[in-house]
Amino acid sequence: MEQVIITNNLTKKFGSFTAVDNISFYVEKGEIFGFLGANGAGKTTAMRMLCGLSKPTSGSGSVAGYDISKEYEKIKKNIGYMSQKFSLYEDLTVAENIKLFAGIYGMPLKKIKEKSAHILERLELTDRKDTLVKYIPTGWKQKLAFSVAVFHDPKIVFLDEPTGGVDPEARRQFWEMIYEAADNGITIFVTTHYMDEAEYCDRISIMVQGKIAALAAPKDMKKEYGAATMDKVFRKLVAGTFNQE
Amino acid sequence: MKQLLSFIKKEVLHIIRDKRTILILLIMPVVQIMLFGFAMTLEVKNIRVAVSYQYGDELAEKITARISASEYFDIVKTINNPLDIASIFKTENIDTIIVFSDGFSSEIYKGGIPAVQIINDASDPNQASTVTSYISAIISSFQNEITGRNMPIHINTELKMLYNPELKGSYNFVPGVMALVLTLICAMMTSISIVREKEFGTMELLLVSPMKPAYIIISKIVPYFIISTINLLTIILLAVVLLDMPVRGSFILLMGVSFLFIFVSLTVGIFISSLVANQAAAMLIAGMGMMLPVMLLSGMLFPLDSMPKFLQVISDFVPASWYFTAVKKIMIEGQGFMNITKEIIILTVMLAVLVAASVKKFKVRLG
Amino acid sequence: MVKVENISKAFKNVQALNNVSFHAEKGELFGIIGPDGAGKTTLFRIMTTLTIPDEGAVFINNRSIFNDYMKIRKNIGYMPGKFALYQDLTVEENLNFFASVFNTTIEENYHLVKGIYSHIAPFKNRKAGKLSGGMKQKLALSCALIHKPEVLFLDEPTTGVDPVSRKEFWDMLYDLKKMGITIIVSTPYMDEASRCDRIALIKNGAFIDVDSPANIINNFDNILIALKADNMRKLLKDVRKCRQIKSAFAFGAEIHAVIDSDNFIEEISSQLKSLDHKNIEIYRIPPAIEDCYIWSR
Repeated sequence: MEQVIITNNLTKKFGSFTAVDNISFYVEKGEIFGFLGANGAGKTTAMRMLCGLSKPTSGSGSVAGYDISKEYEKIKKNIGYMSQKFSLYEDLTVAENIKLFAGIYGMPLKKIKEKSAHILERLELTDRKDTLVKYIPTGWKQKLAFSVAVFHDPKIVFLDEPTGGVDPEARRQFWEMIYEAADNGITIFVTTHYMDEAEYCDRISIMVQGKIAALAAPKDMKKEYGAATMDKVFRKLVAGTFNQE
Repeated sequence: MKQLLSFIKKEVLHIIRDKRTILILLIMPVVQIMLFGFAMTLEVKNIRVAVSYQYGDELAEKITARISASEYFDIVKTINNPLDIASIFKTENIDTIIVFSDGFSSEIYKGGIPAVQIINDASDPNQASTVTSYISAIISSFQNEITGRNMPIHINTELKMLYNPELKGSYNFVPGVMALVLTLICAMMTSISIVREKEFGTMELLLVSPMKPAYIIISKIVPYFIISTINLLTIILLAVVLLDMPVRGSFILLMGVSFLFIFVSLTVGIFISSLVANQAAAMLIAGMGMMLPVMLLSGMLFPLDSMPKFLQVISDFVPASWYFTAVKKIMIEGQGFMNITKEIIILTVMLAVLVAASVKKFKVRLG
Repeated sequence: MVKVENISKAFKNVQALNNVSFHAEKGELFGIIGPDGAGKTTLFRIMTTLTIPDEGAVFINNRSIFNDYMKIRKNIGYMPGKFALYQDLTVEENLNFFASVFNTTIEENYHLVKGIYSHIAPFKNRKAGKLSGGMKQKLALSCALIHKPEVLFLDEPTTGVDPVSRKEFWDMLYDLKKMGITIIVSTPYMDEASRCDRIALIKNGAFIDVDSPANIINNFDNILIALKADNMRKLLKDVRKCRQIKSAFAFGAEIHAVIDSDNFIEEISSQLKSLDHKNIEIYRIPPAIEDCYIWSR
């Protein structure tokens, strides 16, 4: 199996503080990889390095076959990114957002037209395509944001807490979209605070204080820690360190 | 009272913690005085002048000598035939031509009305008007000397020159910088500091608390009032020490008018903050909306009377232009309270209207 | 203590709240549970006197939000969605400031915040902006408590917070409840519902149920089953195709589905077997609050 994300002793320091501490792991093509951890454990910092937004202090890594500290421009062309906080322009319409992001990745106009029609239809947004994004419900917004993030057929898509605050039904529909993208060979790298969503991943890692404390398939991890749910595994791993600074 | 004090303390902390901003606020007036006083001065120097008079006219020759002695002018050509005027601008690269009428001296001795024509290259209108003023002043003072009494001369002499006998153009900008700095600090900083609370969500908390809205406003005003007073004194001190600019009128009156203007600007800031939802908008409105009119329409950079009528009307609504006029009258012309009542009344009315509008706009609830 | 009667509120073209009513007794921990955009924040702003409803009335300790809002403001604590703290002031300065806003001192009510504040006291000279998320949350809660409010309104205090920190936060709320403070809290996390005395489930601006979590679960009138097999993704697709199943959703390691009769379980099982699924497990389960939310109509 092709490994689309590889890191070797990846480290990021801010002054004397080590945000990401010597992490090494790989993600395979078409895999749904859950990247878990407590707030402030270093998830965001690690994700930024993988997206080519931040340079590692030491260690190395490659994403989609490109070196994260040197070929970050090429990485950006081959990945999609979506976060809970920022993913779409609220003051643009649905159609304008799709066009804008497709344009950023330099897609030909004809293809943009075809594909956006397809997306609008799938999300049942065709008759709301001229609505400003801020007026559509959060669940829908996140589904649209995901469609936009994979619009240019990236090899890997990074999702930073994509379902925060989304209603239970829309959250599940969102995951079904993730499944479908994975079936089409897109690799999914996702962070979440919903432990039931951890179960939907092929493999997960749990970060504690900059290090990867555990990495396995959810089933194996539950077995290893003798816990019935991922929630309990998470608590076991993270609890010991929580009340520190 | 304790509530208010602790609120003011908090505002002071905000300001002190933001070292860069406070430094900019305190240094800004100094830099502006330096800039306007030395670098950006509108004074004219080394103006190339040609003179034309009837050959042998005694007084015209003397005036020419005096103009030539001034550091501002170089007499590069004397012509005796006014017909050459048209071509001479081009061929000799002349800025200004002074044409004395035939029989200039005898007309003065007779007590008649002598004619002097000043022709300017008006491609730089500011320079042209300054040059005109200087030359008129030289001629008029010369005339006073020889006749011992004031005699009318048919030249457009700008009135302010009478109060600026050293012919220093730099005076005009000092009241301008005062207006500019006070507007900037009071209107812009106050509005930004209020809007920041909206942006960070702390305004929500303050509204939910039993804190009186008036307290919120007062505590926002106090620190900026203090900073602007410091700035005001800095500017006056620099102007007096560095630029040898006198404060001819009453210092107390000057401070009084300045405080009035500070309050107007603070209220403008509060009013702006009630209109906008984020800091960028506050900065744009206070910056573009207040600073530009102050610079362009108060008479600080460009004389108001040379402006189109509608701009003059707009400038009447800019508080800074009234403050500018009042300060000029006090500092440069040395006029007293009676002569600036108009400005004081207008500023007071503006203050009342703005306070009323802000009180009406300030909400005890959210949107 | 808190009485909300038939509240409606519309913005431009959105009906944010639609005829919402509930009441919370003194000392009760009441949860308002629903996703972003369901109208939680609007409801909180109305209860805290910040916004006026189009219709209906709210009384906090028998004081009306229309006429007695100044009295209400003296007696409630509010923690808005984003941590509203002064980032450039230190921990202690923030707390001191909010104490003085309410004309009190830290010393006077220290017993109330002690349990929470003692965690952050070692960092009292640190600027609030430099605190970690969990610390900020504790400081914000201390600030909302320092004037000994009758009612504490917490709008989404745990959004974006990891499960361990969330649990810790709820433990703090329990301690406050023991001191007799009425707490109204909102959250998008359905698993937090069980920690409230009573809850309101909010969907698109309307309450779909107001009751204790146990009663809401008991009143669930569908037959809920859980399904498991080796290939879960394929299972979900195939389960959706079964005509006996009304609707199905992934639910962590299981799939939850609603059926009309217990008798269907056998039929479904054999149908899935014929589709090559291995290690199939199907069993009836009691619903969680999240099931109740999804299948409420």
